[in-house]
Order: sequence, then structure tokens, then C-alpha cells
Amino acid sequence: MQTPDTRTLKILYFAWLRERTRVAEEEVSVPGSVASVGALIEWLSARSPGHRAAFANRRTVRCAVNQDFADLATPLASGDEVAFFPPVTGG
Amino acid sequence: MATIRVQEADFDIGAEFAALTAGRSDIGGIGCFVGTVRDHAGGRRIEAMTLEHYPAMTGPALGRIVAEAERRWSLLGCTVIHRVGRLRPGENIVLVLAAAPHRQAALDAAGFLIDFLKTRAPFWKKETFAETGEEAWVEAREGDDAAAARWQSG
Repeated sequence: MQTPDTRTLKILYFAWLRERTRVAEEEVSVPGSVASVGALIEWLSARSPGHRAAFANRRTVRCAVNQDFADLATPLASGDEVAFFPPVTGG
Repeated sequence: MATIRVQEADFDIGAEFAALTAGRSDIGGIGCFVGTVRDHAGGRRIEAMTLEHYPAMTGPALGRIVAEAERRWSLLGCTVIHRVGRLRPGENIVLVLAAAPHRQAALDAAGFLIDFLKTRAPFWKKETFAETGEEAWVEAREGDDAAAARWQSG
């Protein structure tokens, strides 16, 4: 059961972040204190050794919240889709 | 009205030119960029390049980049097609066409579109090396950020 003190987030991983976490997509319920992208990275890093490895070098991790580029300070709301990926290399 | 597509299939550059200009005589020039798969990287032979993207974000991200180009250069038409999936050396990756009344706007808009696409659209490339079959994600280059940044002051 979701309490008012938790928020449910859909997390997506791309490229080598997906390979390290070994999951493309997961739904998580985080405590109310996890209110920003930066706090979410800390929380996710504790989920598995793979997650820890994925977030080990923060400089190489980019983020989008609800399909728009975000940064560590971007606030999170229940139902948000949060994607983590390396710097983009298309074109 | 811009054409924006993400697809596994190849594109036909002539057909895209024809579609962009069909029934029009107000266009003075079309800037064009085609990105293709190189057969080497860092002195090693490339067997294949695999592109993945974030489907829910790619469309909106490309739409924002195209809208910005249309606003800055008053484009008469614009086409952006990006391929995903496993591509072989020599194959097309991306097509950018920008139609404008005059040469400079067409060329600048095409340059802007590919520079921003490389730094603001959620695509990732993985190279497969020919000799060992080893795979490696392509790292973003600082030069790409610098190329995009030169449009900030423009």
C-alpha cells in the first residue's frame, strides 16, 4: 500500500546504465525524503551492486523526468517517469 | 510542416527531397546533412553500429529542436529522419533537410539541427569491433557540446 509518505516512480535505464542495473524498467516506491533526482540516485544506488555500478560515476549519468532533460535538483512527484542514461551520442 | 521520423528502415534521400519540395516554388535552397556509419574507430575496424533510443522522449526532443530551427531561420520546410537498430558500415544513420528562401539560412539551419540532435536527442550508439566481436558504447565528445554551444550566441 502506498502511504502519503511515499511516492511511486517509473524508472527507465538506457545503454550501459541498463546493462549495469540489468533492468530496463522498474517501478519503485520511495520514501517521502526522496524528493529530487539527486536523492533518487542515492536511493537507487543501494538497490543492488549493479545499480551502485551504474551510478558510480555521476558525471557520466544524464537524466530526464517525464521525457524532459532534468538535473540533480529537479523535484519528483508520484507517477513521474524518470530515465537515466549516458550523454547522448546520436546523429 | 516538418517531417520527423525514427525508423529501422533506410531512407531514400531523393524521395525525401521530392516530398519536401513537392508543389512549391518559394524555396531558394535546401541545406542537407547525411550521417553514415564509418568503418573504423580509434584505429579499429567496425563490424556494426547499433543505435537505441528512448522512444517516449525522442519524438518530443526532435520536435523541440525542429521548432527552434523553424523559429530562428523561418524555414519553409524541414525533414529529420534518424535510424535505429543494427547498421553496417556505409549505411545511412541520419538525414537532415532544411528548406529556406536563401542559402545561408538553409545551411545554418541544417548545421544547427544536426549539432543539436547530437547533444539533445536521446539516441545512443554501440560499436561492434570486427576483429574481436567486442562491443563498446560510443562516448559523447566534448567537441559535440562545443559545436552545439556555438549556436547559443547566434
